Amino acid sequence: MISTDSTRVREQPATTPLPRRSPRRGGGSGASRPRVGAALSLGTAVLYLSLIVTIPLGAVVFDGTRQGPHDFWTAVTTPDAWAALKLTVVGALLVAVVNLFMGTVIAWVLVRDRFPGMAVVDLLIDLPFALPTIVAGLVLLALYGTTSPLHIDVAFTRTAVILALLFVTLPFVVRTVQPVLLELDRDMEQAAYSLGASPWTTFRRIVLANLAPAMLSGAGLAFTRAIAEYGSTSLISGNLPGKTQVAAVVIFGRIQNDDNASAAAISTVLLAIALLVLVALDILQRRTARRE
Amino acid sequence: MSEARSTAAKWAMRIVTVAYLAVLLVIPVGLIGWRTFAGGLQPVIDALTSDDFVHALRLTVVVAVCAVVLNTVFGITVALLLVRGRFWGKRLLSAVIDLPLAVSPVVVGLALILVYGSHAPAGGWIERHGVQIIFATPGMVAATVFVSLPLVVRAIVPVLQEFGEEQEQAAHTLGASRWTTFRRITLPSIRWALAYGIVLCLARALGEYGAVAVVSGRIVGQTQTVTLYVEQEYNNFDQPGAYAAATVLALIAIVALLVTKLLRPGGRRADAERLTEMQSGREEQR
Repeated sequence: MISTDSTRVREQPATTPLPRRSPRRGGGSGASRPRVGAALSLGTAVLYLSLIVTIPLGAVVFDGTRQGPHDFWTAVTTPDAWAALKLTVVGALLVAVVNLFMGTVIAWVLVRDRFPGMAVVDLLIDLPFALPTIVAGLVLLALYGTTSPLHIDVAFTRTAVILALLFVTLPFVVRTVQPVLLELDRDMEQAAYSLGASPWTTFRRIVLANLAPAMLSGAGLAFTRAIAEYGSTSLISGNLPGKTQVAAVVIFGRIQNDDNASAAAISTVLLAIALLVLVALDILQRRTARRE
Repeated sequence: MSEARSTAAKWAMRIVTVAYLAVLLVIPVGLIGWRTFAGGLQPVIDALTSDDFVHALRLTVVVAVCAVVLNTVFGITVALLLVRGRFWGKRLLSAVIDLPLAVSPVVVGLALILVYGSHAPAGGWIERHGVQIIFATPGMVAATVFVSLPLVVRAIVPVLQEFGEEQEQAAHTLGASRWTTFRRITLPSIRWALAYGIVLCLARALGEYGAVAVVSGRIVGQTQTVTLYVEQEYNNFDQPGAYAAATVLALIAIVALLVTKLLRPGGRRADAERLTEMQSGREEQR
């Protein structure tokens, strides 16, 4: 199962110490050698991360804001950039909401339903993670483009952009809700039933209440993925400035025109939005963990 | 009455799920496969044996393998640190590792250009010493490493946690060196999860488009990867070429999916236990 991004939420305990951890660690005669080894590997890891991730990302923010707030604002609010940022955020929100609903339905079917071919459905969910984004764009263009055998031609429209974003974000909510639903105690639902609650009340008060945190983090991840997306939208959007260009496509155009400063400014906005969502998700997750 | 309604709801959800997946996923991907072979096998063979495609494929494999090797070594190191180590800033390190998943591929490319481009201080200095990074293979490897960075780490961490360190400590007490302990105890215990992470990383690396598009300069026959080849062929109205290459990439993705599916139950004990009742103990045979 290719559920990279979605399993991140569940795997977060990586950061908290395990209860099982032995308190003896670091004691005894061999203590100094492991400590040197650990320090060395920590140093190497931090260096690797700095060279590839943190310094370059820092350079984007630095270059994007170094000319001062006025120039930053000018770069971000040129008509094409502003339209692209609006489309990116609104489109990503729309996609997150659709996923919130569809992802939960699909997860429900995968966990509670049983029919022939279900293993295939389960496998298919991860296809968007595995499929290169350019192929995703090409594939959608074949069915919904000018050569569409169904005569549905949405190529170079905003609908096409949303379609591409729905394609690449499909697995997020499914893969965050699925494990929670799998562990959800059905006794609780049966208890509610037997106490006279209607199916809808039971669903709302028991199932939905328990799934809500997972649904929200899945939708949040889908949102961050959607605002970052480039490959699948680049072909299908047709690159129409002010109409179908998403932020990543505008940034790409700026880089091609050697306008790295304004590319960095728009990138900074994207990074800030992504960071905001990630922090919100982290807070949500801790609250949920505390309640449990 | 309520029974009938819940059956209707069940069917409605089943149909919605299948229809949504069909419209969004299955029919589009299937159509590409069908169109690829619509003109017979010969055009496909021609496209896949053209010099540009062969070169693109070779470069893609080189870049992906470099990135996977780097991220595997890094992934094991960091996973051990996150699970076994105790140091200040562990949460921060963990957060930074997940960061690449939230960064747009285009921004990744820009970030690398700003530091390692020939106009940047660092990139200029390196280039004067004879190594070109941007618009060359090293930059493409760096971009690929960036986008696939968390995959190996996140695959191993849960298994390492599950496994605990009692056996490692026992080996250590019996006089095994750290390397021997790692090789004989730790590595075998995480091998399935590691394989899972490596396959994920490889699939991501082979399919990366945006970040590589920015840092490669898209020089045909030099810095063009398979994903860039697909885009170029499509824009040149050579659809058979684009479709053939896209089908190759899609097949790689499907193989990766199947392999990860096979690896997952063995690699992730917690999940495997949960799946036991559903899969009737299939993982016991492993």
